[in-house]
Amino acid sequence: MSTTHQLPIVARLEQKTVVDLIVKGKRVDDRGPLDYRPTTIMLGVIEKANGSAQVYLGKTKVLVGVKIQPGTPFPDTPDEGILTVNSEFVPLASPTFEAGPPDENSIELARVVDRGIRESKAINLKKLCIEPGKKVFMVFVDVYVLDHDGNLIDAAAMAALGALVNAKMHAFKVEKGEPVYKEEIVPLPMQNYPVSITSVKVDSTTVLDPCLEEEQVMSCRLTVTTDKDGNICAMQKGGLGFLTPDEIKQIVSTSISKAKDLREKILSNVK
Amino acid sequence: MKWERERKLDNHKTVRLLDDNGLRVDGRRFDELRPLKIEVGTLDKADGSAYVEHGRNKILAAVYGPREAHPKHIALADRAVIKCRYHMAPFSTDERKSPAPSRRELELSKVIREALEPAIMSEYFPRSTIDIIIEVLQADAGTRCAGITAAALALADAGIPMRELVAGCAAGKIDGKVVLDLSDIEDKQGEADLPVALMPKSGMVSLLQMDGSLTEDEFKQALDMSIDACRRIYEMQREALRQKYHIVKDEADNEAATEVRV
Repeated sequence: MSTTHQLPIVARLEQKTVVDLIVKGKRVDDRGPLDYRPTTIMLGVIEKANGSAQVYLGKTKVLVGVKIQPGTPFPDTPDEGILTVNSEFVPLASPTFEAGPPDENSIELARVVDRGIRESKAINLKKLCIEPGKKVFMVFVDVYVLDHDGNLIDAAAMAALGALVNAKMHAFKVEKGEPVYKEEIVPLPMQNYPVSITSVKVDSTTVLDPCLEEEQVMSCRLTVTTDKDGNICAMQKGGLGFLTPDEIKQIVSTSISKAKDLREKILSNVK
Repeated sequence: MKWERERKLDNHKTVRLLDDNGLRVDGRRFDELRPLKIEVGTLDKADGSAYVEHGRNKILAAVYGPREAHPKHIALADRAVIKCRYHMAPFSTDERKSPAPSRRELELSKVIREALEPAIMSEYFPRSTIDIIIEVLQADAGTRCAGITAAALALADAGIPMRELVAGCAAGKIDGKVVLDLSDIEDKQGEADLPVALMPKSGMVSLLQMDGSLTEDEFKQALDMSIDACRRIYEMQREALRQKYHIVKDEADNEAATEVRV
């Protein structure tokens, strides 16, 4: 059951300030409408994970860990590894997060990140097959939201990409259907680099990369994930508002060009 | 039967989704909708209900409310709480689906609620709830869109004030070509899927999701195509509502006439 939740209570004065600024083409934190907040990405912060990345997107902090373990493949893809994305809204990240099973927002976040990685075919899952139909490697991507200051989807997608690029595993050969690990350490077989860009509509203006104050007054948001060739591989609209077809097309083309810059930035950090 | 032939095709992994004449597996053109059957007021106990057959999708939607919020603490002071449940029957798919709500169903419940809520004048019913229940009896790709089409009618049938109806339809890409309203086999083996819900009078898009791979131009083409289809579905929705309430009006007129005679 999905239920309308209490809209965040924002003082009218604050709401007016945020909206008025956006309508004038300004932002609460002195950015332009299409500016991304300062972004830092740190790789390999968790030694025990196969791969990990921590992203600071303004004051938003997201940590992603990747674990790789052998498991049983799905019957419809017997020769492919398995990708699983999970997300945890850790109660320390926001006064509104509560411990317990993931709520619809957490599930939505995980599924949007999952869709970006899966549909862009970011990981070459065929290379993670050990014995077709019997054993494959499973890639667990766990998103940990540590501090919520808006735009969790982009931060999580960026951290997930960073952690996957950072992920390493022992090279292996197959003997009698079991993986035999070699000394050599190899990266996860990556072949694409999806990047998500989220815009929000406030009044009738759209701005990129909303901070929490802006998310609280938005009418709706649109996330566009693009792959390295500039093709769209996933989209998700959220929130109680609506968009005109022209607004959507506008957001899509700015997202495609913005994703290109951001991808270069992430990958230059990595290599 | 046609669908049995399709099922057989399903087993072969590589199926050509478009033939030499540009026709699809089920014989449709690229911009052709599957046949729709819409019925309003199919359930007796619900305040509003609708049944939609969209191709082989069979979907029932019911609306209860506005009614007292339960538990009370979920009530909102300035508007009705909209509760939405999208659920698939265990027998609705090829393989049995566990009746427990999956993560997919939880996500879809959320996006469907967010697609319908902008159309509902929930500010008229503070402290109450409106329950929207969508049950997929048979699934054949495009269930979220057909579910929205049905749920919007059930809301109207329940007499809940709405800004306008909402209609849903998906577009996608198969064999490198943008096409309308994917069927199951096209969804599974196609290259992209773009579900859209539209509030047709204002032309506002209230649901938009995408997965697969589309270039910017293909996306624009697919978006325009699905918006156009939503408009066509909207006409069918209006017709279905008219059908039901026309009959009701006739009955009322007849009753009035009989009373006069006595």
